[in-house]
Amino acid sequence: MSAAHKGEVHLVHLYPREMSIYGDLGNTRCLAARLRWHGYEPVVHGHHPGERWPAQAHLVLGGGGQDSGQVRVQDDLDRQADRLRELAADGVPMLMICGMYQLFGEAFITVEGRRLPGLGVLDVTTTGNRTRMIGPVVLDTDFGTVVGYENHSGSTVLGPGQQPFGSVLHGEGNNGQDRTEGARTHNVVGSYLHGPILPANPRLADGLLEIAARRVTGEFVPGELDDRIADEAHQRQVVRLTGRRR
Amino acid sequence: MGVIAGLRTSGAIAAGKAARVASRMRGGGSALPGLVAERVDPAILQHTLGSLPRGVVVVSGTNGKTTTTKMVVALLRAHGLRVFTNPTGSNFTRGVISALLGEVGISGRVDADVAVLELDEAHALKFAEVVAPTHALLLNVARDQLDRFAEIDHTARLLTTLAEQTTQAVVLNADDAFVSRIAGQLAPGVGVQWFAVDPAVADRLPEIQEADVRFDDPADAPTLGDQDGLLLPHDERSFTIRFPGGVDVGPLTLRQRGLAAMINATAATTMARVLLGPDWDAATASSALEAVHPPFGRGEVIDVDGAPLELVLVKNPAGFTVALGTYGNEPVATMIAINDNYADGRDVSWLYDVSFESLRDRGVSVTSGVRAWDMALRLRYDAVEVDRVEADLDTALDAFLGLHRGEPTRIFCTYTAMMHLRRRLATRYDLARFGEDPDA
Ligand SMILES: [Zn+2]
Repeated sequence: MSAAHKGEVHLVHLYPREMSIYGDLGNTRCLAARLRWHGYEPVVHGHHPGERWPAQAHLVLGGGGQDSGQVRVQDDLDRQADRLRELAADGVPMLMICGMYQLFGEAFITVEGRRLPGLGVLDVTTTGNRTRMIGPVVLDTDFGTVVGYENHSGSTVLGPGQQPFGSVLHGEGNNGQDRTEGARTHNVVGSYLHGPILPANPRLADGLLEIAARRVTGEFVPGELDDRIADEAHQRQVVRLTGRRR
Repeated sequence: MGVIAGLRTSGAIAAGKAARVASRMRGGGSALPGLVAERVDPAILQHTLGSLPRGVVVVSGTNGKTTTTKMVVALLRAHGLRVFTNPTGSNFTRGVISALLGEVGISGRVDADVAVLELDEAHALKFAEVVAPTHALLLNVARDQLDRFAEIDHTARLLTTLAEQTTQAVVLNADDAFVSRIAGQLAPGVGVQWFAVDPAVADRLPEIQEADVRFDDPADAPTLGDQDGLLLPHDERSFTIRFPGGVDVGPLTLRQRGLAAMINATAATTMARVLLGPDWDAATASSALEAVHPPFGRGEVIDVDGAPLELVLVKNPAGFTVALGTYGNEPVATMIAINDNYADGRDVSWLYDVSFESLRDRGVSVTSGVRAWDMALRLRYDAVEVDRVEADLDTALDAFLGLHRGEPTRIFCTYTAMMHLRRRLATRYDLARFGEDPDA
């Protein structure tokens, strides 16, 4: 096996047209680039509504969308529900941002009080809100500090025992009340953070792709990456928003 | 309006004028006088604008408002109309009132035949609640980065409501499904005119406008009629606007480059033609368009010791993509300055919806602004080399101009970064005063 080919890693981006607002496709691009820099061969699949599921899926991503976008993907998501739940339970790493985070939860309660069931991968329930939570965010997570930008009207509450993705050092988070942000079950991370979240948080990006690489090849052999720009972008937001380096 | 209301308006104008003088003496605050007058009498707009003989034209949409408004004004003035307009960039209701206060007498009359106003989507609607526009020119709906337009669907709804309030005619973009769909929502008797791009170049549109992903097929494109304007580009700068039922405008060449500017010219021309009716003259229109200077920051060229420096405002993915497409085939030394203040859009995620590959050959000399490092990081993911990252705008500008003395240079910048850089440049080079247009 050559140094430049430690193995193929298949990335699946769910609904790139409908659910990748605010640059969320940048997460997929970031992972593909970093896999390449680490010496792996990324294969990116965009899964569109009605299409066949790719033969291999080692890492699954989803982003935010307009209300109209969510409506368009609903049927297909129902068709893929069992498969996604199985992959999640099996430990496949997934990153679901904003709208897809909500859809991976137990349910979404609309402003009018209607209850729309979600995939139930994450034990979270989101209630529609008339006011939006908007602004830059800093979190403390298992992957170190994480910076990003939230823009959501849904207010999300974790079920009992549901682990959050992080705790809020700056910003609103899941609901603006309990200082939690996102949710994590097995290797599925749900979060409201755009930015997009991965480029300026290389530890999170590598955390996800390390899990995927280990599952595919049995090990993770990192390459030598120059993350000085990412680290500087990251650290500047942390200092600016929380007042000190962390 | 009764005597009391009339007195209130006079009082409002006097109060606003006093505030305008006061704020001028303090050297700033262009929105303040409008705010004062608006508080005294919100009907001030209705009183002063509602009775203009040729009506009130509102120009709205996400991209191209300022350029298009300038073009409509130039076209109407070339045909001899006296036009009241809001100054470049002050596209808020209060900015309109501020501008009015400079022009009305204490009687509340403005000496004009017609008003042509650039209003952003939300403020256009507030404005229309007070003064129903006679004409509306609706350009496009793209995702803007200002947080108040979080949803593109919401923006489309705002424009639809604006069109519903319009009393005589609307001019709509036939190539933008968000806009063309508005034609079904108009009050009875309100005319619709279209502007469109020659289908032969329509494949270039996806890169400059947002696609509506809700439908599998593109929405049924409207069929163009005799009085609609069709853009026929010849090259990057010259084009003809064809009205099947009339005389062509052009071939002509704008001072601004690129397809987006040509589309703006087509939109403006279609609007002016509707408004002028029998007074319309194609040759007059053509020379008027050729004389329009780009608004500052929209492809403005500054003479830096004999070498041209272009300042290019970027504010959303569609706009940045247009700018890169327009300038990409003439690569020069490039700086990119990204701030994340409210007026820039506080979320920089959108930079990941733009492809920077056209900058790969030449690289980027400097990234700057509050988010200089995030911009450099974005470029790294498109394999574009960055020579230097310097968050401080003044230091970055000095370094950039020092490195490229005597060469043509270009700076892509967000709104507040542009304001800052331009202020800095204005003190050194012979520029029109900050915030003013050389020929407005
Ligand atoms: Zn969001």
